Amino acid sequence: MSDYIIKATNIKKYFGGVKALDGVNLEIKKGEIHCLAGENGCGKSTIINIISGFYTPDEGIIEIDGQQYDHMTPQLAIASGIQVIYQDLSLFPNLTVRENLALNMEVAAGRKFVNKKRMNSIAEAAVAKLGLDIDLDETVENLTFGMRQMIAISRALLNDAKLIIMDEPTTALTKREVKTLFKLIKQLQGQGIAVLFVSHKLDEVFEIAECFTIFRNGKNVATGNTKDLNQDKFTFYMTGREIVSTRFEYTAENAPVVLEVKNLSLANGFKDVSFELKKGEIVGITGLLGSGRTELAETLFGYHAAESGDIIIDGKKVNIQSIKDGIANGIGYLPSDRVTEGLFLAQPISDNISIEKWSDYSNVLGAVNRKKVDDMTRQWAKELSIMLHDIHDDVGTLSGGNQQKCVLAKWLALDLKVLILNGPTVGVDIGAKFDIYELVKRLAKQGLTVIIISDDLPEVLTNCNRVMVMQSGRLAATLSTQGLEESRLAELAN
Amino acid sequence: METLKGFIDKDKNLARLLIVFVVVFAICAVLKGSLFLSVSNFQSMGKQFPEFGLLAIAMAFTLFTAGIDLSVVAIANLCAVLMAKVLPTLITPDTAASQATMMILLACCMAVMVGVLCGALNGFLIGVIGITPILATLGTQALFMGCAIVMTNGSTLGGLPKQLSAGINSNVAGIPVTILIFAVFAVFSAYIMSRTTIGYKLRMLGTSEKASTFSGFSNVKLYITNYVLSGLLSAVAGIIMLGRFNSAKADYGASYVMEAILIAVLGGVDPYGGKGNMKGVIVAIIIVQMISSWLNMYEGISNFYRQIIWGALLIFVLIYNYIVNEREKKKAMKG
Amino acid sequence: MNWKRVFKSTEFYVAVVLLLLCMAVQIKSGQFFTGNNLVDITRAFSIPAMFCIGEMFVIITGGVDVSFPAIASMSMFIVCSEMEHMTSNPLAFFVVAMFIGLAIGLINGFIIAKFRFPALIVTLGTSSICFGIMQGVFKSREYPLCAPLYELGQTKLFSVTNSVSGLTSDMPIGVILMILLIFAGWFILNKTMLGRGIYAIGGDVKAAQRAGFNVFGILMFIYAFSGCMAGLIGVLRSTMLLAVHPNNLEGLEMTVIAACVLGGVRMAGGKGTVLGALLGMALLTIVDNSLILLDISTTWQKVFTGAIIIIGTAASALQAKRDERKLTVKLNEGGK
Repeated sequence: MSDYIIKATNIKKYFGGVKALDGVNLEIKKGEIHCLAGENGCGKSTIINIISGFYTPDEGIIEIDGQQYDHMTPQLAIASGIQVIYQDLSLFPNLTVRENLALNMEVAAGRKFVNKKRMNSIAEAAVAKLGLDIDLDETVENLTFGMRQMIAISRALLNDAKLIIMDEPTTALTKREVKTLFKLIKQLQGQGIAVLFVSHKLDEVFEIAECFTIFRNGKNVATGNTKDLNQDKFTFYMTGREIVSTRFEYTAENAPVVLEVKNLSLANGFKDVSFELKKGEIVGITGLLGSGRTELAETLFGYHAAESGDIIIDGKKVNIQSIKDGIANGIGYLPSDRVTEGLFLAQPISDNISIEKWSDYSNVLGAVNRKKVDDMTRQWAKELSIMLHDIHDDVGTLSGGNQQKCVLAKWLALDLKVLILNGPTVGVDIGAKFDIYELVKRLAKQGLTVIIISDDLPEVLTNCNRVMVMQSGRLAATLSTQGLEESRLAELAN
Repeated sequence: METLKGFIDKDKNLARLLIVFVVVFAICAVLKGSLFLSVSNFQSMGKQFPEFGLLAIAMAFTLFTAGIDLSVVAIANLCAVLMAKVLPTLITPDTAASQATMMILLACCMAVMVGVLCGALNGFLIGVIGITPILATLGTQALFMGCAIVMTNGSTLGGLPKQLSAGINSNVAGIPVTILIFAVFAVFSAYIMSRTTIGYKLRMLGTSEKASTFSGFSNVKLYITNYVLSGLLSAVAGIIMLGRFNSAKADYGASYVMEAILIAVLGGVDPYGGKGNMKGVIVAIIIVQMISSWLNMYEGISNFYRQIIWGALLIFVLIYNYIVNEREKKKAMKG
Repeated sequence: MNWKRVFKSTEFYVAVVLLLLCMAVQIKSGQFFTGNNLVDITRAFSIPAMFCIGEMFVIITGGVDVSFPAIASMSMFIVCSEMEHMTSNPLAFFVVAMFIGLAIGLINGFIIAKFRFPALIVTLGTSSICFGIMQGVFKSREYPLCAPLYELGQTKLFSVTNSVSGLTSDMPIGVILMILLIFAGWFILNKTMLGRGIYAIGGDVKAAQRAGFNVFGILMFIYAFSGCMAGLIGVLRSTMLLAVHPNNLEGLEMTVIAACVLGGVRMAGGKGTVLGALLGMALLTIVDNSLILLDISTTWQKVFTGAIIIIGTAASALQAKRDERKLTVKLNEGGK
């Protein structure tokens, strides 16, 4: 018997010639809530795959509850009480809650036939463990992400779990759902179950984790108790750089109004929204998921057509019925889901960046001037410090932060009046995050008006001079960020 | 030498295909010597590939947008049948030659318009209604073929003015007319697909419908343009078939759909959308035609064996492309 | 029974349309609900319906198999022409045909499961190969049926005579096979873990792998099953036609796929029921049959089939579109 549920020592793992893990250690005590943090590519996913038996380490020792394992397999890991909940939850959207809960167990038990009674009892036991109130016959694809996560966790608990690994569990949750999740994690701790929580959001690390481990480039850089941690130390460990962020000061008080919105409404979206944006402001919009903030942004951009109300740009009323209208009126939009909505991953970087300029770069016969496309791509790559190998590589080969910079480049290539960023730093490494912040602030100083929609309150407070709070489709408050306390903003947003 | 390497790197797929072309040509030439290398062989090859070549290009256009057009042959036959119904009534044996030519050209224009309309229907069902391409073109294939069956009453239509087949089967400066027609449309298609904004947008659409919408493009317009192009090329293929067979039937060329997909895939077009170009498809057309003609030179091998070879070749090409792609992905990860 | 869910399902709508169609034809021609017409419809329905079972397994996993007419025709022709003088036991013909079909199905399954190529294209290839083998290597042609199978084909379950037209229709014994296959399909999909695995793969392949389903094995099974059944159905068909027609199954793949989709089997995978597929096939069969009863020339068959496919798939596509674009913010309607 050991104090530690898992002790991974000096783990090394190579893929081809690439060193994914260079002798890392990870130790988690029983019943401990431990956070694993690190930038993309630091080795977080690799160590998780090793602990759960999907990969075999090239060197190193794995000890689970005091027992050493030389050849870990997924079945052994599950049998020793290790459960992984992946970011995509691995549920079957087309099957019912009942089936999702019971199937894994039935398959593991080698069953050949469907036994409704047995599956029912498994499903009901799972739901009871967490006290969930849910319709077992509902198809999973009709449920919210938060509910689905609860189902995934219930399923994980069925197997007598001793350690539950959650990979970036809060990315798609509303603030309220995050609170529910944290309550649940504390509940699990009470039952003696340890939780390994992968996240790079510092506020979450502080709120829920007792201990932390930070990886960088496949090596340990820090381990300890979270009470010894602060923002600067965290950033330094994650990136290896000292990053100082300055608050955005808006000084051009006499600037003209660029965007005015009057009583804008959209059924099942938002109602009676009115506000004004002056040139060069960076205004944040925050609020719970489902408060209408994304719908508002999408309407300004033209993805939805507002049912009533006015949009006025540079003093002239405009009619935005489609995205083409939105772009023609100088509005750009960086969507929250950059992978499916913002970029064409399987297409070259140069095409992704130049996409809005093709009509400008084409001659009378419609042919696109390739030299202009390439020149423009190189210019923006330099300007935004996009790390790439060749501008004709697929944009999917870039890291999250560099991909986001490509989406930015695409919009900055146009002469925009207003740029709306929806969740601009989600899934972006801390280093690239700060690059993007500095870039946005610089653009605002040069006269671009920016709207940032974000859940990340520190991000909003640092980078915006004003913040608007949406609640149930209404604009509930507009405040200056000067001197605004994060707790006050959090209160308003919820 | 540097520009050659540059060329190979830029379009690895095309380079590979050109190598295959040279190899196949060499094998055919060596195995069938003078029979293969004769002018008459080249001329007869030239007469045959334009019709399925155009169908292959039509199919490639729709594969680019992660779609498929199962109705290409049905459209071709429908256009041919319409022309075969109209022309005998307009042109009698004593119509003046110049007037007959006029009539024929007008009928061709009508056929092309019908092809465009059929394509527009496909584009509408797929882009506006949102039916998945396999199902939409499956339905329209039955519809178009059904219309052709009703119009021909299931039989073959003949009685075409001799100027039509004479024209289609003639040569201009030694080059068959059909090749000229094919060349014009092939160059036109290649240009659109790889150089113009429409081609760029279609390629993007094939990768992600959502991202295309969020870039401000009209997916509806793009889908309709896509399938209209396919319908147009199918109509031209139908006109060529009408001239070559001097008759029209509702179900000519049933195997052409599979051949068209084979050629497109061989030419490097990814059936999942967004990748490939027309140059590869054109080289693939010629490779397939060479193999076809070469097989014809063996009396023992009946036409049916060709089906086995095309089917096996399709699967082989898929596997080969897969292996090459995996190898390149591994190289990129190391670098 | 959750009635709300029943009324929302595609199966319900197809059933309603089917019923209305039958009644309309009955009213117009008075001949629809006669014994011999119903037997004729069942005869016409049986072969495609059996193909639907195997095909829906494939579609639920997100694939499409277009090679089954070729497999059926080739297996049927090989056994009918080569085994003619070898045996007098009709069962032997079926068994050998099933083996041939199984072999081709395994090839399909292996290539698709290992390389994850689009199933449509791979099966287009194998379809071409099978027809080529049948027509080239075995030199297929129309053929009289050998005695053992002929006798089997003539065995009837029962006969129905229409008093008005004097026509007699026989219910062939092969219908029993159809019922057995339908039951087998339903059982596999609903009562076995294999069936759950098929739906799971259609829902999320990665999740299915993580859950421990043998994805490779399941994919191999469905294509092997489809091929094996195709062999069986090919021979059965020859007994029902009392002749060997090697070429007229060509094109059936499209009707079968359309029938499945009309009946609610989603093209993208993960959803579909045996009842739905059968209802879809019944609809297409009855449309064909009605043309004859309504004195519309059979040259119009394809036009009507095409129209129904377009209308049916358009309806479900429009519904899906409406669901996707729905906005869901709960507005605070009270004034500010």
